[in-house]
Amino acid sequence: MTERHMSLEPVLESVPLSSARPQGKSVAGLLQELVAHLRQQRTQLREEWASRITEAQLLTAMTKEEIFAEATSVYDNYVEALATGTFEALQAYSHNLSERIIPRGVETHEVVGIVLLLRDVLARSLFSKYQADFTKLDRILDAYEPAANRIANTVAVGFVQERERVIRQQQEAIRELSTPVLQVRERLLILPIIGVIDPQRARQLTEQLLRGIRTNRAKVVVIDITGVAAMDASVANHLVQTVEASRLLGATVIVTGLSPEIAQTLVNIGVDLGKMNTVGDLQGGIEHAERLLGYKVMLLAEAN
Amino acid sequence: MEVPILKQGDILIATVQAALADSDLLQLRRALVERVVKARARGIIIDLTAMDVMDSFASRTMREMAHMIRLRGAETVIVGIQPDVAFAMVQLGLSMGGVTTALDLEEGLAYLHRKFTKTS
Repeated sequence: MTERHMSLEPVLESVPLSSARPQGKSVAGLLQELVAHLRQQRTQLREEWASRITEAQLLTAMTKEEIFAEATSVYDNYVEALATGTFEALQAYSHNLSERIIPRGVETHEVVGIVLLLRDVLARSLFSKYQADFTKLDRILDAYEPAANRIANTVAVGFVQERERVIRQQQEAIRELSTPVLQVRERLLILPIIGVIDPQRARQLTEQLLRGIRTNRAKVVVIDITGVAAMDASVANHLVQTVEASRLLGATVIVTGLSPEIAQTLVNIGVDLGKMNTVGDLQGGIEHAERLLGYKVMLLAEAN
Repeated sequence: MEVPILKQGDILIATVQAALADSDLLQLRRALVERVVKARARGIIIDLTAMDVMDSFASRTMREMAHMIRLRGAETVIVGIQPDVAFAMVQLGLSMGGVTTALDLEEGLAYLHRKFTKTS
C-alpha cells in the first residue's frame, strides 16, 4: 500500500508511519474511512452546520436558501479535499465563492467563522462515531487535524486574496475616473484635474493624456489645475515632463488655473517658464487654444 | 540595416523600421544630408513609429541631423514618437531640442505643406 502522506502537508511527517502501530491502517486509509463516514452523514451534518451558522449570526447578508446552497457546495468541496488530499480544486472553489459573496457584503471573519464551525461539526461527528475505541479515535483525529487545518487556511486565504483583487480593481477604476481626458473640439483636449496629485496619479495622468493625444489626434491640450490647491516639487516636475512629452507627440499644452501657491512653487523650483504655456483661467485657455487651432468664435445673436 | 527613404514631391520620408544601432543612425544622417540637395527637397520627415526605444545618442543624432539639413536648405519634422517612448525620453531628460515634432506622417506632411505655402 503506497503511503499517501506525501500529498498532504509536511506537518504529517510528525505522524508515525503505520508500521509502528498495532492496527494496520495507514493515514490515507484512515482518511478514506472518515471521508466515507462524512459522506454518509452528509445530510445531518450539513443541517447541523447550517443551524450553527445562523446561531452564531454569521452570513446575515444572505437568505436561508442561499446559505443552504453555499453550505452544500462548501461541505462537498471540503470532504473532497479530505478525500483527494489535493487543494487546488478547493482554492479555485474558494476564489469562485468569494467572487460571489464579496459583493453581498460578507466579511472575512464570517468566512473564517463558518469554515471553523464546519471543522468543529465534523470533528464532533468523528468523535461520537469512534469514542468507543480511543486508540482509533486518536489516530482518526491525527489524520483529520492537519488536513482540516490546511482546508481552513486555503479557504480563508482564498477569500482574502479575492478581496484584495477587488480592492485593487476598484482603486484602478477610481484613478481612471478621476482624470478624464475630454475632447471639446476637433484636435482640442481638456484635462481637468481636481484634488490631490501624488506622483503615482501624476504618472497615470501623463500616460492617459499621451494615449488621448494619439487617439484623438489632438494638437492642443488644456490642462486645468484650478481644482488643485498645491503641488510639491516632484509633482511640478511631472507636470513639466507631461508638457514636454506631449510636445514630442506634436501637441501644444496650455496650463490654466494655477493658484498663487502653485505659481510660487513653480518659480521656487526654477521651472523653465519658456517651456510652459500658461493662462490664468480655463476660459482664457480654451480661447487661446481655439485661436491656435484657427478657430474664430463669433456671437451671431443674443440667446432669448 | 538601411533605412528606406522615399520621395514624395519635394519631401523625403525616412521610415525607421526598428531600434537602430549607432552606426545605422550615422549612416541615415549621412544619407539624408546628401540626398536633400540631390533631390531638391524642401522638407524631410523622419518617421519613428516603429522605434520602441530612444537613447541619448539617438536623440542627439536626430537633433544634429535636423540642424545639418536646415543648413542644406530644408525643414525636418520628426513624427510617430510613441507615448511610452515620449514618456521615457522626458524622464531621462532627452529632448528633441528645437526640432519640430508631429503626431504622425499625415500631420507631418500637413505641417510641411502649410509651411511651404506660407513661404512660397
